[in-house]
Amino acid sequence: MAEEPSREQGAVVTEAAPTGQPRPPQSAAAAPTRDLRPQLAMNDDGDDEIADVAVKIENVGLWYGAKKAIDGVSLDIPRNQITALIGPSGCGKSTLLRCINRMNELIPNVRIEGQVSLDGQPLYGPDVDPVQVRRIIGMVFQKPNPFPKSIYENVAFGARINGHRGDMDELVRKSLEQAALWDEVKDKLNQSGLALSGGQQQRLCIARALAVQPEVVLMDEPCSALDPIATQRIEDLMQELAADYTIVIVTHNMQQAARVSNRTAYMLAQQDLVGHLVEYGRTEQIFTSPQDPRTEDYITGRFG
Amino acid sequence: MTLSTSAAAAAIRSTAQVARRQRISGLSAWVFGGATSLGVIVLIFLAIDTVLSGGSRLSWDFLTSYPSRFAERAGLRSSILGTAWVLGLTVVMVIPVAIATAVWIEEFAPRGRLLNVVKLNLANLAGVPSIIYGVLGLVIFVRLLGLGPSILAGALTLFLMILPMTVVAAQESISQVPSSLRDGSLALGATRWQTVWHHVLPGAAPGIATGVILAISRAAGETAALIMIGAFAFIAFDNTSPLDDFTTVPIQIYNWTIRPQEAFRQNAAASIIVLMVAVMTFNLTAAVIRERFRGD
Repeated sequence: MAEEPSREQGAVVTEAAPTGQPRPPQSAAAAPTRDLRPQLAMNDDGDDEIADVAVKIENVGLWYGAKKAIDGVSLDIPRNQITALIGPSGCGKSTLLRCINRMNELIPNVRIEGQVSLDGQPLYGPDVDPVQVRRIIGMVFQKPNPFPKSIYENVAFGARINGHRGDMDELVRKSLEQAALWDEVKDKLNQSGLALSGGQQQRLCIARALAVQPEVVLMDEPCSALDPIATQRIEDLMQELAADYTIVIVTHNMQQAARVSNRTAYMLAQQDLVGHLVEYGRTEQIFTSPQDPRTEDYITGRFG
Repeated sequence: MTLSTSAAAAAIRSTAQVARRQRISGLSAWVFGGATSLGVIVLIFLAIDTVLSGGSRLSWDFLTSYPSRFAERAGLRSSILGTAWVLGLTVVMVIPVAIATAVWIEEFAPRGRLLNVVKLNLANLAGVPSIIYGVLGLVIFVRLLGLGPSILAGALTLFLMILPMTVVAAQESISQVPSSLRDGSLALGATRWQTVWHHVLPGAAPGIATGVILAISRAAGETAALIMIGAFAFIAFDNTSPLDDFTTVPIQIYNWTIRPQEAFRQNAAASIIVLMVAVMTFNLTAAVIRERFRGD
């Protein structure tokens, strides 16, 4: 595992580089003060090869009608780790995320090419039901969107429609515990989900996604509508969840990506407004020694 | 460019141009208020006139007697029953069909030219004069299907007449359910139908209920279409089957209004009060439902 940077956040790197190596960029995100990344030692053998690929994205492209939105994106998402997609607004990171659980197909006139596979099983194809895909790959949205029902019903809904046979009370309790919300709501399960605060609503949405027992959890800027304290709690929660689930998050907050993720993918929409993948690698590497000058421009704040 | 202190103070104090604009604005408030009062005053005038003419005629006897050649003995019994039967049957038919149509249009139909044609036609149908629906009902339900001038034929005719406006109201209501709710449901692995049934329809229910109630109150006052299918009859028995001949309160009002005797016109005024109370109750219910769910 890379050594913990001891310099202060944002300070200029002053180590001498006598052999003419390129100086690491002055990255605002190079030295996160809270490192929440899941323990890499267990799942990662330390080099750039991903040992256990959960989701394989192969050459995915998407068109809204005649207009191309993303082009030729290929990415391997490792199991039980947190992978972040970063990039400026409009670069296609949310679009790519929604390709993983086939949510883009709900928009009319959308065409998708390429393939996404989970554990080797292709998710796009005539014999694959998108409804099944969405059960196994859950999603949490940018703005918390609990159903206008009770907290209990919010969590139970997904399990119920997917034909859950066991003890519903137990499932609801377990999901709310996993989402770090049980203690706060255990006495008011019948209250409306909308009566909770923003951060609690987002944790409720996470609990409801976990109740259907997915393998992958996608999060589309889950903290952007929340205050910093709520954000911190959700980030802590992500770290706990990564032990059991593969997590992919989209974030426009570079510091969050640096704090929380094991791997980071940087996307960019060029002049023709088509989004593509610029660079993908381990988070420390992306933020301290990015290979592509465009990545370096973005993380040092020169652009985006 | 900032004003100096004295210039700013002068700008605030000076009233010439602002005063003129304010006068125009104040005047416009009166103009709008006047337009509103016009409608309200006319309504109040009509209401007072009707109550004065017919108020004395209202009684339990009046509501429970059959029509008669003698104005003093004539009553609304058969027309109230007829209205209840026809509206009841119409409601039972309109609610599922209108909701299903609106759900198809908003949730399931592939976007494209066909859908636009359907929506345009629906909007047009809502504006077709009711007597056309009467002619349609006469040809198809009364004659072709052989139902005669029965309650069923009347209900089917009214059903066709209020269907377009109900579908449009239901459509509006469904489209106002936020798409984030649908996304949340679909992302959990729900099918489109499950999403509609568990989330969209409950969310749209207050608006749909309001639309249905307003359509019913429109049907309650319908006269021309029902006269066309032959409901202009002397009914002196209680309706017990959908195949019975019938009459309705608006038709009875028309019937009495065209008689020369003054006493019949008094009866008509009393019936108008009954009808107005019914329609106002429907509208009030719709408003209460709207308000109750707005706060939620």
